[in-house]
Amino acid sequence: FLYFIVKSMSILELNGGACVAMAGEGCFVIASDNRLGEQFKTISMEVPKLNVVNDKVVMGLTGLRTDQQTFANLLEYEIKMYKLREQRDISGKALTALVAHTLYQARFGPWFVEPVIGSIDDEGKVYLCAMDLLGAPCEPEDYVCAGTCAEALHGMCESLWRPGLGPEELFEVVAQALLSSCDRDCLSGYGATVMIVTREKVTTRLVKGRKD
Amino acid sequence: MTDFSLTTFSSKGKLLQIEYALLAASKGETAIGLKARNGVVLAVEKQPPNPLVDETSYTKIQNIAGHVGAVYAGLAPDFRVLLQKARKHAQVYQLRYREPVLCSNLCRETAQIVQEFTQSGGVRPFGVSVLTAGYDDDGPHLYQIDPSGAYYEWKATAIGRNTKNAKSFLEKRYKADLELEDAIQTTLLTLKEGFEGTMTAKNIEVGIVKSDMVFRTLTEAQIKDYLDESA
Repeated sequence: FLYFIVKSMSILELNGGACVAMAGEGCFVIASDNRLGEQFKTISMEVPKLNVVNDKVVMGLTGLRTDQQTFANLLEYEIKMYKLREQRDISGKALTALVAHTLYQARFGPWFVEPVIGSIDDEGKVYLCAMDLLGAPCEPEDYVCAGTCAEALHGMCESLWRPGLGPEELFEVVAQALLSSCDRDCLSGYGATVMIVTREKVTTRLVKGRKD
Repeated sequence: MTDFSLTTFSSKGKLLQIEYALLAASKGETAIGLKARNGVVLAVEKQPPNPLVDETSYTKIQNIAGHVGAVYAGLAPDFRVLLQKARKHAQVYQLRYREPVLCSNLCRETAQIVQEFTQSGGVRPFGVSVLTAGYDDDGPHLYQIDPSGAYYEWKATAIGRNTKNAKSFLEKRYKADLELEDAIQTTLLTLKEGFEGTMTAKNIEVGIVKSDMVFRTLTEAQIKDYLDESA
């Protein structure tokens, strides 16, 4: 007998998309692909998944597009209230705690998003975090990734990342890792939107990729 | 009887219940707060009404969170209620943000609760003035919360019986770059000024918080050392 093992679709794979963030020397780079689709059909090639929280913190949201938008709006409200109450910008760690808490509150009817957070503090120390849809965080020192090509991303990041990279070098590494992973994934791609964040500024670049 | 507020304006535009509450608070035992360059001190008289009271069984200076402490002048049970609400707020914040709450935030929320009790139906205002001392990411802070719900940040202040004299005493001695060790001495001197009887390490309490962000009360032995130093 022939047995076929078929993987059924997860709701997180309806729209496609991928995010990755890597830590460098006094900087971090966060990137996402630009595709929005409905399974095999591509709707738009101009939909990055990155949200700039403040000068020092950027969050990427992968997963179901409608939840990406709603969850981002929800967080925007929380972040603005935080800024008004605290009279200061929210730090990466506080945002991670907030996001994890908000995700877990919906434990039995979760938000179908998997966030990636990158932040840098005033001393230039980088903090990265990736979470699953229930808010379980992991805070590695090197890179974080999420999305439909997460496995490929892990492979690329493990190979390409090394410590102590400056902004420009790190940009190349992140862009190549993301583009190559998306090439192996039909649900992600159409180039990458990459943000390079240092203590001084945030630089956004659009990287052209295969348009399939 | 919870439909209408018991605190209403008089014909002269005053909220008498709040004024009476302030009066109740000002009859309490004197408490002093002093913000130094690198920390904050709180000190309070502790003279139980009756010599049979076991003074070791209770402390007037309490922690709200690891990095914030408070003391009161006025009705102790009212302080307990505020303390519990403030503690809960600090922990809810910690749960949500995994960071210690800012003192300004904590005091604002506590003051908000105090204000609600001056306007809600069927309740009376709190009969305590509270001094909170904390050290957060923003440095050392000293706040006072009034029965009216107003809150102020102070460099140095006093609440309770001897407010007026203590504050003029502090005004003369306060310096912006005071070190915590000197601040403790100044605070003890101020407390001594209006103290009825002899001030010893047994009938006062002292609490400090430094840049280590841990609010602690001094032991009797430590207070005795400070008192001996100044003598």
